Amino acid sequence: MRKSYKRVASVFLILMLSGVVLFGCAPKDAGSIILATTTSTENSGLLDAIIPVFEEETGIEVKVVAVGTGKALQMGRDGEADVLLVHAKQREITFVEEGHGTERFEVMYNDFVIIGPKDDPVNLLTEAKADVIAGVKLIAKGEFFFVSRGDDSGTHTKERNLWAEAGIEPSGDWYVSAGRGMGDVIQMADEKQAYTLTDRATFLALSETIDLVVLLEGDSKLFNQYGIIPINPEKNEAINNEGAMEFVNWILSDEAQELIAGFGVEKFGEALFIPNAE
Amino acid sequence: MEHILNGIIEAFKLLLSGDRQLYSIIFLSIYVSFTSTLIATLFGVPLGFILGLKSFKYKNIVGRFLYTCMSLPPVVVGLLVAIMISRRGPLGSFSLLFSTTGMIIAQTLLVTPIITGIIFSSSKERGEEVKEICKTLGGNKVDTLFLLIREMKVTMLVAIATGFGRAISEVGAVMIVGGNIKGHTRVMTTFIAMNHSMGNYATSIAMGIVLLSISFITNSILYKYVMGDRR
Repeated sequence: MRKSYKRVASVFLILMLSGVVLFGCAPKDAGSIILATTTSTENSGLLDAIIPVFEEETGIEVKVVAVGTGKALQMGRDGEADVLLVHAKQREITFVEEGHGTERFEVMYNDFVIIGPKDDPVNLLTEAKADVIAGVKLIAKGEFFFVSRGDDSGTHTKERNLWAEAGIEPSGDWYVSAGRGMGDVIQMADEKQAYTLTDRATFLALSETIDLVVLLEGDSKLFNQYGIIPINPEKNEAINNEGAMEFVNWILSDEAQELIAGFGVEKFGEALFIPNAE
Repeated sequence: MEHILNGIIEAFKLLLSGDRQLYSIIFLSIYVSFTSTLIATLFGVPLGFILGLKSFKYKNIVGRFLYTCMSLPPVVVGLLVAIMISRRGPLGSFSLLFSTTGMIIAQTLLVTPIITGIIFSSSKERGEEVKEICKTLGGNKVDTLFLLIREMKVTMLVAIATGFGRAISEVGAVMIVGGNIKGHTRVMTTFIAMNHSMGNYATSIAMGIVLLSISFITNSILYKYVMGDRR
């Protein structure tokens, strides 16, 4: 009996020690940055595809925290992140003007689309065509299920703007406010066979596992610009501005822009994000 | 139905393929939860004994408070810890948010009341009995304590295993405090949640199988000791 206790104890001890060696001794924050970004850049797989290249070249580790744009901006205001990659242009500009970020650079874009069930119960495809305002009016009029991000993200900001422009305040049982990330919302919409607004990248990345199709696209109002903002280093001492600037310069470089342009082409037949850094 | 079956088949393929990322996530999970349980044991077991054995005025209230803490919601603990350790918070200078240390702090807070509570309630019940026996046999206070610890070996194991089970299976606290950062703070539960939202059923199922197996192994070891003790 006593022997087996010892054995169990020694196994635990070895586990502990190796854990300390593996995780405890990892180099401290000097060579790492925290990137607060939207769920779409992570759920689509883009960051997994390009960040390892940056880490390899510079030795700077990028810790990605994928949240909605609203939360990412809040993390920036609180000085919890070193750099932001988000998509709500107007809010980003205000953010920089208020002094939370040092500068804002445009990185890439894609577009939002409205997806929904194949039989298209409110006839977006035939009646709204490429007019997104007419589209949301049709959904509201038909009171057909619409899943909203409801999480103050960039996509949610876009959606609120569309409702506002259409002069509608969405409410009622048909309007589902999920409070979840893009991937979760698409799957909820799929389960409920509902309409939803999504960025094209996340939709394409999930398109194999769901039954929804794109029903409305091509309106210039659905343009989706991503911007990168290094956080003002005066907020606190922990902010790694040097690392953040290196990441910003890299993502705006020709090399990274080409990586973005090539991402997803092989798998989906089209690029998920189109680079447009100046 | 087919996608569920395919998911399970894919899951086994993935587990057998020796995917390095998958195994480092499993290891991190065990490391974080094991460390928190260990710390919680060091605090919780003595505290539980002291509270359970001593008689003092507000013992009932302390007991009720402990039992409430045993069912603290992980998200609430995560939230509190995140506020404390964020860069603006009182412990901000240590930069613990989004780190394994932060996750260990949160899980320790979650597990300590569970271990303390279980030890408290059973030492409260059996303490008097053991004291009496020891007295009749002419033992002193130290003898009493040793006898009690021997008597309560099984209870201690149950308490520790329950705590570990809670730590390894919770998702709320590690998601908020750890942030699910790839290669740093991504553990089994946050990995499952994330892969589910990305539509990767196979990987979710694979990790689910691992998580269940760990619970099964932990409880099997425990069961063996409990039965061994009763034999």
